[in-house]
Amino acid sequence: MSYLEYQVRYVPAGLRKLLYLNWPIIVLLTAVACAGFLMLTSVAGGDISRWAEPQMKRYAVGIVLMIGVAMVPIWFWRNMAGVAYAASLFLLVLVEFFGTEGKGAVRWIDLGFMQLQPSELMKIALVMALAAYYDWLPMGRTSRPLWLVPPLLLIFIPTALVIRQPDLGTSILLLAGGGTIMFLAGVHWAYFATVIGAAVGAVVAVFKSRGTPWQLLQDYQYRRIDTFLDPENDPLGAGYHITQAKIALGSGGVTGKGFMQGTQSRLNFLPEKHTDFIFNTLAEEFGFVGGLTLLILYGLIIFFCVASALQNQSRFAALMTLGVAMTFFLYFAVNMSMVMGLAPVVGVPLPLVSYGGSAMLVLLLAFGLVQSAHVHRPR
Amino acid sequence: MKRPQKDIARSSRVVTRRGLVLGGVQLGLMGVLGWRMQSMQVDQADQFRLLAEENRVNLRLIPPERGLVFDRNGVKLAINEQNYRIVIIREDAGDVDDVLARLARLIPIDPEAIENAKEEMARRSPFAPVPIIERVPWEDIARVNVNTPALPGIVAEVGLSRLYPRGADMAHVVGYVGPVSDYDMSRGYLAEDDDPLLREIPRFQVGKTGVEARMEHTLRGSAGTMRIEVNAAGRVMRELSRIDGTAGQDVQLTIDSGLQAYVQARLEGESASAVVIDLEDGDVAAIASAPTFDPNLFVRGISVADWTGLNENKYRPLASKTVQDAYPPGSTFKMVTALAALEAGVIDTEETVYCPGFVEVADVRFHCWRRGGHGNINLHESLKQSCDVYYYDVGQRVGIDKIAEMARKLGLGERHDLPLSAISEGIAPDKAWKRSTRGEDWRIGDTVNASIGQGYVLASPLQLAVMTARIATGRKIAPRLVRSIDGVPQDSGAGESLGLNENNLRRIRESMFAVSNHNRGTAYRTRIQEETMRMASKTGTSQVRRITAEERARGITSNDDLPWDRRDHALFVCFAPHDNPRYAVSVVVEHGGGGSTAAAPIARDIMLQALYGGTPPLEAYPSNVRSSIREQQDRIEQQAAERANETSDRA
Repeated sequence: MSYLEYQVRYVPAGLRKLLYLNWPIIVLLTAVACAGFLMLTSVAGGDISRWAEPQMKRYAVGIVLMIGVAMVPIWFWRNMAGVAYAASLFLLVLVEFFGTEGKGAVRWIDLGFMQLQPSELMKIALVMALAAYYDWLPMGRTSRPLWLVPPLLLIFIPTALVIRQPDLGTSILLLAGGGTIMFLAGVHWAYFATVIGAAVGAVVAVFKSRGTPWQLLQDYQYRRIDTFLDPENDPLGAGYHITQAKIALGSGGVTGKGFMQGTQSRLNFLPEKHTDFIFNTLAEEFGFVGGLTLLILYGLIIFFCVASALQNQSRFAALMTLGVAMTFFLYFAVNMSMVMGLAPVVGVPLPLVSYGGSAMLVLLLAFGLVQSAHVHRPR
Repeated sequence: MKRPQKDIARSSRVVTRRGLVLGGVQLGLMGVLGWRMQSMQVDQADQFRLLAEENRVNLRLIPPERGLVFDRNGVKLAINEQNYRIVIIREDAGDVDDVLARLARLIPIDPEAIENAKEEMARRSPFAPVPIIERVPWEDIARVNVNTPALPGIVAEVGLSRLYPRGADMAHVVGYVGPVSDYDMSRGYLAEDDDPLLREIPRFQVGKTGVEARMEHTLRGSAGTMRIEVNAAGRVMRELSRIDGTAGQDVQLTIDSGLQAYVQARLEGESASAVVIDLEDGDVAAIASAPTFDPNLFVRGISVADWTGLNENKYRPLASKTVQDAYPPGSTFKMVTALAALEAGVIDTEETVYCPGFVEVADVRFHCWRRGGHGNINLHESLKQSCDVYYYDVGQRVGIDKIAEMARKLGLGERHDLPLSAISEGIAPDKAWKRSTRGEDWRIGDTVNASIGQGYVLASPLQLAVMTARIATGRKIAPRLVRSIDGVPQDSGAGESLGLNENNLRRIRESMFAVSNHNRGTAYRTRIQEETMRMASKTGTSQVRRITAEERARGITSNDDLPWDRRDHALFVCFAPHDNPRYAVSVVVEHGGGGSTAAAPIARDIMLQALYGGTPPLEAYPSNVRSSIREQQDRIEQQAAERANETSDRA
């Protein structure tokens, strides 16, 4: 199989490809990353070398990798989808046996020079594998029940492995990301309606049965769910962090307290202020204006991805681009919901802003695929 | 292989349609995020700002400097000493065990102190300084400071702590301070005190006994405040503003610390107490209880061994016997009975009573201390020789209510409000008292007992001194302990006239003069030889046990043969000079035996010391005792010198 399935009039070659990159996305990504550098400098008390500098280096490496990936024709990447998926799955299984532990979860493989988090790789590999599957599958079979089994297995196997680590945030991202591709590929509405309906029904059943003789879970399990859903009931334990995070965000007001003037983060009331809760520092120091600007930057990235996908006749390219966009969206939407107290804290970083290598590199590689699809689109 | 164009178009259509739906959903969710941001940062911003400010700013109290205590001559009795202490900050120390081991090699530290510090560290935040040792000598501090690089987390700090330079001499007067306890604040004397210092300063020092406790609010001062910025862990980041508090007021006592030191030294070896009142203003010049203790032990945190030693000592060093304890005044009460009778006009001074050695009242035989009796005896002789039967008779004639009234007039049965702990009211019993406290009627035998200061009558050494002072002056002398507060003089205790007949008073004083100066007086052996300083006095010996008829028949067991705590109390009151009195002194020696032998010599020595304002010349004493007095003076001076040495070593 090759790209020649489509009618291609012109494909840029060599360095000319650089001109055909989706430059608005690169600019927007860089703008978001710069906001990240600024905030990492702030939470380190003005010390650039502590977090901002390593983050910049990683971003530079990531951008180079992204452009490198973009230079390679998209059909190559489509053909690599299976390999990428198999490799990621292998690494996930490896984590089960050889992973290193951190913060009560086993997520990392120590490669010596860096800590690799295979679940991050899996996010992008799953998107590729599903896009490739539906690219291969004739449209007519998309909604046949039998042909739903392979994609579901592709989704559930890594999700199960990740949830064992335990890493609830990543498993939600995998489920939602995978489901999105299936939805985009044209799987019938009714399936989604059924699944969502069943899920809602199950949740309702679990909660309604509470206190009745036929209750579905043990009491302690209910109590755990309570704390998880509403940590503010436990103000000195889990609730303390989310309360302080909300205070930081809310006290920023419209224009914020100013760069490095955020008392909540500077005085350590804010937890995980350089990773999961970095948005609260931004919102505290730059206020509603700063927070909304970041949200709009994210929105524009999604917009340019969607626009690129809709222009792209290639089924793999379109599905993959939208899948990456959705994964990216899930990252920041889940993170922001959780730091604003709209969702339970599940440990999802703010993409390109939170300190951390794996997530940033993986996301930039994913945007490399988006760029490759954009450069090599059938015209 | 080319894809069919139809398939491509269909796929594009589906992806476009569903992509747009998804994009719409994403936009909607972003709208929710934006709306949430808006509601928190715009609508509720003020609430959150307030919460952030509450997080950030703490008010800290600055403890005030406690007021000082001086004696009447400005000698310091309680001061605040700069105290170097060594603290450790866990998070700076790294390996705590290693750092402490290095510190222990550098300066002497009790291993127990190190263990305590480790325990304390485990309880506190890592940045909280935990004291390892207090009151570190300057050389050790210098050694620690020089070695700072090798001792991370070890800091030498300066603080203020209470020091009592006169040590044990003032223990019962000035008292001592200690960290405020839950008891103090819930049920103790600070229960009504809502000063935030008590709750917010860890181990805030408050007065526990004596002047320190009773004048706590004068001495304490008021707290300053400091607004500080703290981080999430409570660590102080910086000071935002500060309002200084006011230091406590200085208190000047009426005590003459030189005289007090002498009295304390003179009482040593006995379970005894003595009070010296300056008759001019009612100033308490000395008020001492023996044995005593070092109040500095309590400030530093007394060891279990020391505490047990003090608490289980049968001579009760912790008790301030001058005011807390009330004793049967014995014969020192006879002036009260006599004055009551004279004022009531029931006796004539020359009228005699026959003393056969006992008297029968309501079928009970009451004995005179002299078995053979005094024969016919008048008022003067009865006081001089301390005949009991005379007072049995006179007491019945004047009646208990008049006696009690006179006792109260002379300051017995009344709580003299000195700023000292647990002041006893004593008992000046009358009929109403017995009915209300015992629910029984007064019986004639009670009057007989009370007439010689036995039975229900109880008086503290302070009350006896006040009684003597009032007899000596005829004025309502009110004892006072505080001369001035922050330089403002306090009310004099000189008092108004008691309104007693001056002739009656003069008769009593003359008889008291005879007690010391007539060769048949009970205190003649302990007289003052110096003509201008001769004293008037009264001895007292009060029984603490009942002497049964069988014992009396057998022969009364001598005090020397009795266990210590069954022996008689020895009392003595006096004033001098007899014709122009300047001081009144009372001495009580618990279970000391006879007043004339155990208490009188002590009182005489104290009186001379007070009158001369220092060591009296030997010529003031009768010639036969001069050599032994000389030895005694040398001994006490030597002791004083030793004590002074100890004190200077410590300071």
